[in-house]
Amino acid sequence: MMAINFDKALGIHEQALQVRAQRHEVLASNIANADTPGYKARDIDFRAALQKSAQSSAGQLRLLSTQANHMPVYGVGGSNGPAELMYRMPLQPSLDGNTVESHVEQAQFADNTMRYQATLQFLSSKFSGLKTVIQGGR
Amino acid sequence: MSSIFDIASSAMNAQMVRLNTTASNLANVDTVSTTEEGAYRARNPVFKAAMVAAGATPGRVQQDAQLPGVLVQEIAHNDGPVPMRYEPTNPMANEEGYVFGSNVNAVEEMANMISASRSYQSNMEVFNTTKTLMLRTLQLGQQ
Repeated sequence: MMAINFDKALGIHEQALQVRAQRHEVLASNIANADTPGYKARDIDFRAALQKSAQSSAGQLRLLSTQANHMPVYGVGGSNGPAELMYRMPLQPSLDGNTVESHVEQAQFADNTMRYQATLQFLSSKFSGLKTVIQGGR
Repeated sequence: MSSIFDIASSAMNAQMVRLNTTASNLANVDTVSTTEEGAYRARNPVFKAAMVAAGATPGRVQQDAQLPGVLVQEIAHNDGPVPMRYEPTNPMANEEGYVFGSNVNAVEEMANMISASRSYQSNMEVFNTTKTLMLRTLQLGQQ
């Protein structure tokens, strides 16, 4: 019997949205510190972070079920802690030790924003699909 | 994601301080003084990456946050030499007829002003984009 399960219905997009939001924060912090001496720009490897997040959600803690027809209950959220932060290699390092390059950060920020919205769109269509199923196509 | 609002506003706050010091420096570019100690010295903010507390007064530091915002550590005074000019007709002149000007470099200040303004704009953009994304996320599944 196939139960309607949000985790299965939404697929990878739920975790993807979380990793995108995390990356959004990191890039915002880089842009904020564009003029801070000695600040090192950082970023998340999206692929690795998503993989880690997806794995942890597959093998995460679940409530023990003693009967076959118990509903499975999973732990909260897909990600376990923030993704690993790495330092960006600057194209042109500056004298004050700051490695933020505004144009790079802004390009990455715009890219991340677009992909976040794409993931939102995917999630949105998943939900409207579920809604159609629940309402029996009416 | 709401921590971005704190990060971006701390950066905007820091850039505003920078813009204020620039305004003060440019205003005092022609200020003269009778003594060398009394001469106007250019002021510049020193930025530092620091964890900013949610909804806090600027300058408060939070330990558990992971991503840093910007903190204005101090307003440093430029200790470089101040120009001494011979102007015996100036009412501010000392006994020997000298006045002490300010060590503000107007060109440097103009460049600083443009840079501060651009950085402020970038952070404003980050702020607005984040707001849009959060609103869209809140409306998820409602269409």
